[in-house]
Amino acid sequence: METFPKTRIEITIEAPILSRVTQTLDSFPISGYSVLPVISGRGHDGSWSIAGQISDAGRMLMIICIVDPSKAEAILQAIFPIVQGQIGIVTTSDVRVIRQDAF
Amino acid sequence: MDLAIQNLLSPMVLFFALGLAAASARSDLNVPDSVAKLLALYLLMVIGFKGGVQVALNGLTFGLIATILAGIALSFIIPVIAYGLLTKMSKLSSVDAASIAAHYGSISAVTFAAVTGSLSLLGLPYEGYMAAVAAAMETPAIFSALIIARRADGMQQGPLIPPHLLREVALNGSIVMLLGAFAIGIATGERGYTALKPFLTDLFPGFLCLFLLDMGLVAGRGLGQGRKYLSPAVVGFAVLMPFIGAALAALLARMIGLSVGGTAVFMTLAASASYIAVPAAMRLALPQANPAIALTLSLGVTFPFNLIIGIPLYIALAKTIAAP
Repeated sequence: METFPKTRIEITIEAPILSRVTQTLDSFPISGYSVLPVISGRGHDGSWSIAGQISDAGRMLMIICIVDPSKAEAILQAIFPIVQGQIGIVTTSDVRVIRQDAF
Repeated sequence: MDLAIQNLLSPMVLFFALGLAAASARSDLNVPDSVAKLLALYLLMVIGFKGGVQVALNGLTFGLIATILAGIALSFIIPVIAYGLLTKMSKLSSVDAASIAAHYGSISAVTFAAVTGSLSLLGLPYEGYMAAVAAAMETPAIFSALIIARRADGMQQGPLIPPHLLREVALNGSIVMLLGAFAIGIATGERGYTALKPFLTDLFPGFLCLFLLDMGLVAGRGLGQGRKYLSPAVVGFAVLMPFIGAALAALLARMIGLSVGGTAVFMTLAASASYIAVPAAMRLALPQANPAIALTLSLGVTFPFNLIIGIPLYIALAKTIAAP
């Protein structure tokens, strides 16, 4: 089967700043993104869990966005000032998709 | 002493202790996060709605307006005192000190619910509009802390509070729920209260106990993770600050002429520290601050201190301070 090269951007970020990131993504001509809850993990300050958290401050979310490689750099440039001071991780990876026209 | 024992043996305190004990013993007991969030929304809805109904029943009285203005003033001033104390007592960075100061200037809805529950058990009435005062004291501390942080960092350029930040803080979900329920309470008055009474009043003690169980679990696990931040100086601050807030509130309550119950509630509000609205706002406004320090102090030290020792103490003091 023929597959096509794309860039997958993963942004793991604190829940309170979700709308800042999605508003920025919305300003780009991309086909979409998905937001997933992160259940638990461990970072510089030890382990944490979403269980029982009453405030959004203790929650982490992951945004997954698959875009054409030509758009990835501009998106990362726009996202960087938002996530720079926050807790989280931004990664990109090369992936292949089966529907070229969907992205 | 009777008041302290009665408080210690109340279901609320015992469920909180159960959560703390379960977390300390590393039990897998937990409240699902969606349920925890629902409980927080329920709590804010009840407090806001009941406050609105009381305003609808009693109208805009001098006591209501004066106490709201006093509450807003306290919410602005307490962060300044807290910041000053933290920078003198500890080696925390200015941004961490400002973030913690915001938590202590704002209020804890659960502590508010706990003090009103204790007053109900004791048969001590309080001014119904205190929920409106709680709502008014929620956000000024956030802006006060932002101003402190900007001055501490020597930032002079740009607006004091950026408009997008103002919008994000004002539209924070918990603040919208509290103020929205308050407005609905005013609009529907006694008719609305009668329709919702089984949900708002009869179920409230049970839901509050479940909420406190969750708080105990979160506080216990937070203390386990955040122990490294608990230097004697910051723990001392977390115990001293409630007394300062309560003392200022007692003075203002006496000047306004609040009842014994109203004075106890006002003292408790000023003595409490936020862990619902402010932590989220601080992640937006002061992302450089370490959220674990403020949350460990407010939820792990000040909240249990107020629940177990503070509330009975504030009620006892209110009996001697309040206007006859």
